[in-house]
Amino acid sequence: MSNAVKLALAGEGGQGVQSVAGILVEAANDEGREALYIPNFGVEQRGGVSVAFCQISDERIGSPKFKFADLVIALSDRAVRRTKQYVDENTVFIYDSSVEGVEDDLPQKAKKILAIPALDIAKKELHPRVFNVIVMGAAIAVTKIVDMEQAKSALEKKLGYKFEQDPKLRELNFKALKKGVELVEGKV
Amino acid sequence: MSVVPNMPKSWREETKPHKFCPGCGHGLVLKALGEAIDELAIQEKVVFGCDIGCSLLSWDFFNCDSVQTHHGRTTPVVTGVKRARPDRICIAYMGDGGGYAIGAQHLVNAAARNERITAILVNNCNYGMTGGQMAPTTLPGMKTQTSPYGRDTDSMGYPTQGPEMVAAIAREGAYVARGTVANVRQLKRYIKSALQNQIDGNGFSFVEALSGCPTNWSTNAQKTWEFIEKEMPQYFKVGEIKTPGKKGE
Amino acid sequence: MLEKPIGGEKRVFMTGNEVVAWAALAAEADIMYGYPITPQNEVMHYWTRLAPKYGRSFLQTEDEISAGFTTCGGVLSGKRAFTATAGPGNILMQESMTMAEMMRIPTVLVVQQRGGPSTATVIYSQQEVTMTCFGGNGEGLRIVYSTCSHQELYDYTIKAFNVAWKYRFPVFVLGDGYQAKMRESLKMYDPATKGIKMVETQPSLGLAGVPGVDREPSHLRNTYNTEEELCEVVTNLVKEYNKVVPEVVEYETFETEVAEIVLLGHGIVTRAAQAAVKTLREQGIKVGHFRPITIHPFAADELRAICKHAKKLIVIESAQGQFERIVKEAIYGESVPMESYFKPGQGVTGEEIVEYVKKGL
Repeated sequence: MSNAVKLALAGEGGQGVQSVAGILVEAANDEGREALYIPNFGVEQRGGVSVAFCQISDERIGSPKFKFADLVIALSDRAVRRTKQYVDENTVFIYDSSVEGVEDDLPQKAKKILAIPALDIAKKELHPRVFNVIVMGAAIAVTKIVDMEQAKSALEKKLGYKFEQDPKLRELNFKALKKGVELVEGKV
Repeated sequence: MSVVPNMPKSWREETKPHKFCPGCGHGLVLKALGEAIDELAIQEKVVFGCDIGCSLLSWDFFNCDSVQTHHGRTTPVVTGVKRARPDRICIAYMGDGGGYAIGAQHLVNAAARNERITAILVNNCNYGMTGGQMAPTTLPGMKTQTSPYGRDTDSMGYPTQGPEMVAAIAREGAYVARGTVANVRQLKRYIKSALQNQIDGNGFSFVEALSGCPTNWSTNAQKTWEFIEKEMPQYFKVGEIKTPGKKGE
Repeated sequence: MLEKPIGGEKRVFMTGNEVVAWAALAAEADIMYGYPITPQNEVMHYWTRLAPKYGRSFLQTEDEISAGFTTCGGVLSGKRAFTATAGPGNILMQESMTMAEMMRIPTVLVVQQRGGPSTATVIYSQQEVTMTCFGGNGEGLRIVYSTCSHQELYDYTIKAFNVAWKYRFPVFVLGDGYQAKMRESLKMYDPATKGIKMVETQPSLGLAGVPGVDREPSHLRNTYNTEEELCEVVTNLVKEYNKVVPEVVEYETFETEVAEIVLLGHGIVTRAAQAAVKTLREQGIKVGHFRPITIHPFAADELRAICKHAKKLIVIESAQGQFERIVKEAIYGESVPMESYFKPGQGVTGEEIVEYVKKGL
């Protein structure tokens, strides 16, 4: 339809998909591009799969939700089942390799399906807290919606006050971002 | 294998685990209610009505006929059922917003008419489902989404004391009490007395339950319980306020 | 106390509910009355944080019946008062809005539509069209702007206050849950820098002087004794409303001049329709799009002109024909075939419109 890059990020509450989506669109907006972001929401304050719908473009964006995404990232089994509806033959579908029991639920006709060990790497090499930043790095590497410097400054904008208190945190986040890029580089 | 907690017989197992947030008090109130229903052996007679707000998540909670109504309108829907089917045990389940704000007129008039129904109201000091706005029960100085600088009693008044208000209106034969999820045994006793009052045909029965909302209070388990046990009872006195045969204070 | 909430013009990126709060501040709104309901809550959240810094007020009422009537009270006192609601709350506000229609009380009400009927969903719909345009026991003497973007939410919230106070009919800004909750960019501005002057407000109650001595007392009423009396009052109200119509009616067209198929959609659906027009035009299909901005009153003459040369109209909405009813009434007597694409309570994407149009070729 339009030339907007469409992105659906889904996970369990607390996995941080909404914050990643927020930082991504903020970065795009800061670049002067058009960005639109809408979270799913329902009656329950907690629980349920959390989905972030993002679109980034050089021109005005159409309807806030879309039929098919360019990239879907699902971080839990429920998220896989919930988001496969947004996948068609042009969609890259990424899920975390720690998600089990979804073999039969993976989308049928994706352009590419890729499992990445983001959670595992976050736990073993970095910190569980930066799991979503790894995911953000992967999303940027696949879609090229913002350049890496812009992404860093968006992180800085969002977490700067924490970075001030603990400069190691900055390094950790930037490392996570880079790791995310490496996980998908050359694979999609 | 995790141990399956002991559920009241009247609970519907298929809908557990329930949909309330971790740490929410609704589960405890509904457990007390479920056990009271079991002990009185009234499951097949119960008609359960729930409000809109977090209480709506209880719509499929029991193996009892249940109806989700509109925000604030559970008292009249349940009253309508009771008037049409006096043989049923009719329960109206609501939050503080539903009972004391948008549905206050219904609560007041049901009490004034001494409707033979049981209203159970969960007081957690805020509107939970909509994201934590100020409620009639928000404590003085307490910060919420619509009292971001704290509830200023000069412009926003003091917390509504629901059971005291109902007791002042209610006729002879009514039962009014305030319990807390910090004392589930006592809460169950109150709920059971309230239901017994309806069974006996004495009059209106009303139980408020003090409860917690860690999601919107942004509190951890310890802070949540401190608030329920120490802060809330300073404004909301726990106990039986009106019982049949005894004059209300 | 801070003076101006926004100086000059600036690009921002925020949710629609936040936009409404800022727009009301920029429009010099004095007071908001409200009651929690999703997806409107954050209008109150931002207003309660911002308002005290600019000397503005807020009252959380016990329900929407009260929020609507307190808004009437605020307006009668000469204050730029407004409220915001959705779904079941909008139902409860209809009572006060009929008082506003009858007594020419220039209230402003922002509606963020959610699913219906009943409590339904807290998410999105276009199912509050009939109620917002014609709710209550009256004749629909109100002005309803159906916005499609954050820029329009900003522009038309400001405009709503001016149109209300200039013409003294209740004005509604009809958004939806998507517009409420999504984030996108817009340019906020100080209305003065755009040459927009806020229309002065007038109190109807509480004027200076001793009533009966220095001035006539205000005796405002909405109750009449005889059929004849009421008929005359309503006829005059309708006459005055009809006089206002040509001055407030707004619409947009997209490639309708040489269109064989014309898509009709309002609110956020226009974005999907515009995108579909673009795609279909690229494929050589002669499609255009007509979009009312004031969904009530409606640009009937302009749509009629389009009907003369179009071969087919397709009404698209996130409701089961509420908008279609308005369209049908507006073009009564035209012979152009009409189709409908209804998705009650669900969003519409450009892709599915393209698919639908091509299937019908």
